[in-house]
Amino acid sequence: MNAIPETPLLSVRDLRVHFSLPGKGLFGKPRTLKAVDGVDFDLFPGETLGIVGESGCGKSTLGRAILQLIPPTAGQVVWLGKDIVGTRDRDLQPLRRDLQIIFQDPLASLNPRMTIGEIIAEPLVTHKADLGKAEIRNRVKTMMARVGLLPQMINRYPHEFSGGQCQRIGIARAMILEPKLIVCDEPVSALDVSIQAQIVNLLQDLQRDFGLSMLFISHDLSVVRHICQRILVLYLGNVMELADRDTIYAAPKHPYTKALISAVPIPDPELERSKERIVLKGDLPSPINPPSGCVFRTRCPFAKEKCATDIPMIETLGPSHQVACHFHGRM
Amino acid sequence: MFNKSRNATALEKSGPVEEFEGRSLWHDARIRLFRNKAAVGSMIILAIIALMAIFAPMLSPFEYDEIDWGYIQEGPNWENGHIFGTDGNGRDLFIRILYGARVSLAVGLLATAVSLVIGVTYGAIAGYFGGRIDNIMMRFVDVMYSLPFMFFVIMLMVVFGRNIFLIFVALGAVEWLTMARIVRGQTLSIRRREFIEAAHATGVSSFKIIFRHVIPNVLGPVIVYMTLTIPQVILTESFLSFLGLGVQEPLTSWGVLISEGAKVIEASTWMLVYPAIFLALTLFCFNFIGDGLRDALDPKDR
Ligand code: SF4
Repeated sequence: MNAIPETPLLSVRDLRVHFSLPGKGLFGKPRTLKAVDGVDFDLFPGETLGIVGESGCGKSTLGRAILQLIPPTAGQVVWLGKDIVGTRDRDLQPLRRDLQIIFQDPLASLNPRMTIGEIIAEPLVTHKADLGKAEIRNRVKTMMARVGLLPQMINRYPHEFSGGQCQRIGIARAMILEPKLIVCDEPVSALDVSIQAQIVNLLQDLQRDFGLSMLFISHDLSVVRHICQRILVLYLGNVMELADRDTIYAAPKHPYTKALISAVPIPDPELERSKERIVLKGDLPSPINPPSGCVFRTRCPFAKEKCATDIPMIETLGPSHQVACHFHGRM
Repeated sequence: MFNKSRNATALEKSGPVEEFEGRSLWHDARIRLFRNKAAVGSMIILAIIALMAIFAPMLSPFEYDEIDWGYIQEGPNWENGHIFGTDGNGRDLFIRILYGARVSLAVGLLATAVSLVIGVTYGAIAGYFGGRIDNIMMRFVDVMYSLPFMFFVIMLMVVFGRNIFLIFVALGAVEWLTMARIVRGQTLSIRRREFIEAAHATGVSSFKIIFRHVIPNVLGPVIVYMTLTIPQVILTESFLSFLGLGVQEPLTSWGVLISEGAKVIEASTWMLVYPAIFLALTLFCFNFIGDGLRDALDPKDR
């Protein structure tokens, strides 16, 4: 991807999603869980942005907040030049045609009481009911063929399909309206490795043919490397690093990114043995009570005093490389 | 790992062009239900009782309110045609049991249907929207629950006078509360599922999500509870009749017949025994069917 168009399709500005939880005990103060705490990025037409991080880092919440499935607490989600945060459900309805989502658990994302024909047709029935039954059925069959499902299966039920096929059904449902953006929430992590490759290739094909943009949420760096042009690293709801794929794999600047990348096995045993590994100690701190200063400092091997007091600002290193660390240049 | 093999391999080995028929979960449940002997037997017995109730006038030479002056409170006797005997007013007991079946079954089915419609809609709405709406709606249910039922019925009777329709209303108005609670609980667990989120993400309206996605998925426990509600309603009606709050003479129900029989149990046992057999048989059948349905609809927790 060299010539990225100038105007972004989607701009996320200082997006925050906080959940308030009841306090401990009867009279405890209500606590706040900061699932997403100030995220900024742009997404351009036809681009795939990977959002990576450990489970519990807020990446799924971020995806849902962008689609307004979870109401953001603060910040902006600018879709095609218009901020959609706080828009009423009824006014969001026409926008939803262009915004779709694919889920992690393929079977759970399909209504067990509906045939797959009905499931895939639902977006069409909702947005283009004037097409008529026959035409809707036609389009469903065409889309089924496109995602690698036998169109004769149209009257079957989800429980009659395997996980990979269910994910194809989910993709067909997301694609049937030819949306502009698909949020893929760990679309392959529940599948077998051999099937993961098929689904990832299918997504890439569809993206190329339809000119889609994708937000690809995953914890699996090898999958993300394969499909994404840019990668955003999230930790406890904060952006750690955002860069082109090649930059981030070749020269990661943030210690957290370095640790994640060093944990990915390299197929070459020579290199695998000789590479420098950064092992993270400890567990992910609770997002209810995040560390002061840099949220990563409790697990960072390079943490200094300054990290506990000052929140690192996002620094721009290159045309598309941003990092949030005080000492990124001195490690 | 990610070599560029085409995905559409499934298409290449395309089989016959006609569409396969899918096997829905309902279909599977039906098969499991029909394998359950007790449930099938119960359905047959219930069907026979229902058919007898429907075609009652053809099955007996007597009318349900016809007084046979020659045989007052006589025991069962095949020669004179009073096969179950007669009651204290000389009316044929067999035909009265069948007419009683009409009332009892109709009360059971209608009151349950009323409770089903109100309870499922109410519970699904409360559970789906959650939050404050849920709170207000369910507190109202709690308040209704705490009203003493008998008091409620007696009040209705006093205000509107005695008629069958009121019994439906009274019973339905009480039974839907439990139904609403069951459906709300189920809805709470369903609405977190991803297919609901998928529908929401597509822009399906809440109303359609409730009726297209939530309710079909909570119907399993609802159907089971329904088969258990029918006998409960029949029993409650019998109880009301026993207290003299039920249907009006000469119309009758199983409850009325049993209460009359109980008064003369020493002199004429048959007046208690026959209606009681019908009532007990019906209750058993509904319970067996409910059991069978539960196993059929939820094969996991057997
Ligand atoms: S700011 Fe400090 S604690 Fe945070 S990543 Fe950089 S070195 Fe580590």
